[in-house]
Amino acid sequence: MSSDLLELASDIAGRAAPGEQLEAYVSRTRETDVKVFDHAVESLTVAERAGVGVRVIVDGRQGFAWAASLDPDVVSAALTDARDNAEFATPDECQGVVTPEEADGVTAPVLDLWAEDVGQVSTDAKVQLALEVETATFATDPRVRGVEQAAYGDGMTEVAVANSLGVSAAVQRTMCSCMSIALAGEDAQTQTGYGFSAGRAFADLDPAIAARDASERATRLLGATQPESRRLPVVFDPLVTRSLLGVLGAALSGEAILKGRSVFVGREGEMIAAPCVTLDDDPTNPEAFGASPHDAEGVASRVNGLIVAGVLRGFLHNAYTGRRSGSGTNGAAVRGFASTPGCGARALALTPGRLSAAEVMAAAGDALYVQSVSGLHSGTNPVSGDFSVGAEGIMVRNGQMAEPVREVTIASTLPRMLLDIAEVGADLTWLPGGAAGMTLLISEMSMSGG
Amino acid sequence: MIEQDVLQRTLHTALRHGGDFAEVFAEDRTSSNARLDDGKIEELVSGRARGAGVRVVRGETTGFAHTADLSEAGLRSAAEAASAAARSDDGGAHVTALERREVAPAHDIRIEPESVAKARKVEMLQRANDAARARGDAISQVSVAYADGRRRILVANSEGLLAEDDQVRTRFFVQCVAVGDTGMQTGMEAPGRSIGFELLDEFEPEEVAHIAADRALAMLRARPAPSGKLPVVLRRGAGGVLFHEACGHGLEADLVGRDASVFRGQVGEQVASPLVTLVDDGTYSREWGTFAIDDEGAPAQRNVLIENGVLTDFMWDYLRARQEGRVSSGNGRRETYQHLPMVRMTNTLLLAGDDDPDDIIGGTAHGLYCAALGGGQVNTATGDFVFGVTEAYLIEDGVITEPVRAAQLIGNGPEALRLVDAVGNDFDTWAGTCGKDGQGVPVSSGQPTLRVAELTVGGTAA
Repeated sequence: MSSDLLELASDIAGRAAPGEQLEAYVSRTRETDVKVFDHAVESLTVAERAGVGVRVIVDGRQGFAWAASLDPDVVSAALTDARDNAEFATPDECQGVVTPEEADGVTAPVLDLWAEDVGQVSTDAKVQLALEVETATFATDPRVRGVEQAAYGDGMTEVAVANSLGVSAAVQRTMCSCMSIALAGEDAQTQTGYGFSAGRAFADLDPAIAARDASERATRLLGATQPESRRLPVVFDPLVTRSLLGVLGAALSGEAILKGRSVFVGREGEMIAAPCVTLDDDPTNPEAFGASPHDAEGVASRVNGLIVAGVLRGFLHNAYTGRRSGSGTNGAAVRGFASTPGCGARALALTPGRLSAAEVMAAAGDALYVQSVSGLHSGTNPVSGDFSVGAEGIMVRNGQMAEPVREVTIASTLPRMLLDIAEVGADLTWLPGGAAGMTLLISEMSMSGG
Repeated sequence: MIEQDVLQRTLHTALRHGGDFAEVFAEDRTSSNARLDDGKIEELVSGRARGAGVRVVRGETTGFAHTADLSEAGLRSAAEAASAAARSDDGGAHVTALERREVAPAHDIRIEPESVAKARKVEMLQRANDAARARGDAISQVSVAYADGRRRILVANSEGLLAEDDQVRTRFFVQCVAVGDTGMQTGMEAPGRSIGFELLDEFEPEEVAHIAADRALAMLRARPAPSGKLPVVLRRGAGGVLFHEACGHGLEADLVGRDASVFRGQVGEQVASPLVTLVDDGTYSREWGTFAIDDEGAPAQRNVLIENGVLTDFMWDYLRARQEGRVSSGNGRRETYQHLPMVRMTNTLLLAGDDDPDDIIGGTAHGLYCAALGGGQVNTATGDFVFGVTEAYLIEDGVITEPVRAAQLIGNGPEALRLVDAVGNDFDTWAGTCGKDGQGVPVSSGQPTLRVAELTVGGTAA
């Protein structure tokens, strides 16, 4: 499937001049996107997008150019631009494309991430699924008075990377999902709830789950009031845990560490989390949506243990940060075609504990159950470690869900939160967005309200 | 970009199987970025994206397809793909002959970014880096970026519209990390305008670097932010994002139309303090969210949304306006040709009032002074919004005192609007990227120094 992309990437990499290193990263996605509203199709998009990123390194100086086209003339122009750009960079001996030795440090896993049905199912069937999600959302509860949006989306993505030292790799993967945002109303109050179902194959999708979750999340917030400010234990919904892991992953990237932009700089080997916390990035697990046999530089993927029983054991490195730190790449290069390789997580997960979600709730006693957070981008800082986000959820009393709350924030610091993790739920579920979620109990955070 | 007769034939193809409206949106975008990090010129990046999106509308349904192939064949296949969703037996609408509309540029570009040597751009990075590091030994890391972009767009539709615009934007970023006894803090400053390289004359690299470095250094002394309700004073330019979130999104006609806005049905009503007059102004000269025509070909406008606290109108794109039998307000925007347009803000400005900013601070017994904000987020259906404060100080007995750590502020849009109890006579703007439904577009927000009588501050101190 990706053979023509791999050929194109190799062809570009083969144009390296003497003394020059060249790398081409090519991607192509075919996608369908359906949005429905009021029992009719609001928009239907069927499209293919493609692009190339060309990286040139001469004497340790890197230049880069990208183009949202695979047209030969455009690709050649990008190569010219990349060469020109390289002249201005500061020489850096660690700069350079991946060597075959770095790429093959471990054996790449064989992963089947491609579901043919995504391309075979008719557009009409995809439209029907989106309509079904909307109808099902209305049917769940009489208090659902509207569906702000119901949608279906899929993508069939092919990626290839090749460099002038002979390293090359290709990955292909599919992904599809359906979602619903329910509007629930009672008296003058409106609440919203989000539900989705996602999978590699069209057949994996369950519109009833998306509808049920959207409805439940909206209706259970009805009657929410603003509580008094206080400190209390907090239970994270799996979706919120996923977002927390995303922030943590950014703070554990080799680049953030090398450049002194992480609260975890210099903490390797130290106890940075509660003993129940073990965190891996495992893109070799085909259940993870971010799974891939190779990273974005063509290095074989592997399991990277980041925190083991509370102790910080490692960071995520690409070729550059691996060389500079002396630990070598561990296959964690991430990028799109419009950027040079960064480093980061693709499949973060905490090792599950023994308690079910209900048992975690029971263990919490009196707490705040956080269903969703807002302002994650502006409210978390991986450098200072500050963590303060908007939250909506439900008070937990004697281990049971009680009254809903709104207009609150929850705050702590990332280092404090890791040490305060009291329970990791057994309910691990892989979610879109580079991490798995599970119910999590944090023993204390500040809740700001009235 | 594309010949007029090719456009005419593409529109005809788009409506051949049905539909009442068709549009071709073509875009040619170039970008140039340079980044200095960790003391090194790390990379220069050039980018190019060119293509066209074709949409076909039948009633409330839109079919959309896009292509990077601007040949007649490429456009024809996009038009055919887009028309599939609008297929009907009754045949499509007639395509009116295209008539080119003369578009006056939004403003002059004094120094075209393409005319500036890369070495000169790199020099600006070095100057900012040197200036930031010279601010003190506590500055441990500096990252500087320069970015310029040019976006040529063309819009042609079946109602005979043909219009083009040429949009240039330039931005300069400095981010500093400072290290002290209490850990690390960051400070950022990132001016952006819809102008060329002259941006760096107006915002000198050293000046931008000093603001970012001083912000990080000030935060080293910060103690935990308070937790709970407090009066909040927003420095001019630092708090416009509050109104962008608190009510801007809720005044977008597409969200109002889905019943996903707390402001639905409130036109003509008092929705804010009488001190509040809010405009969305796509014509505001040289500002980050300014353009000559929007991404549906409608001229940019200055739209009054709230006047002396009374809701006067929503913001409109082509489709929402058509449903209500009115014309677009020039708020139809899209990130790229690969996206469908929707109702978006441009430069959302709360106009200046009469109060002396010093008096606003002096009249606050105990509160929070916000000197710099990060981004925000809103749930338009409930009106609840948040925004991040990245530089803040306590106000004690009318005087700005100690810095406090970054925190999130949370409030409810309609409540916050009513609680604005002082509006200053100064003014400034802030450039940002607004995200909606996965699309980011450049916007600015602006406001004078003002006070909200009560907002919830999400700190950790009791």
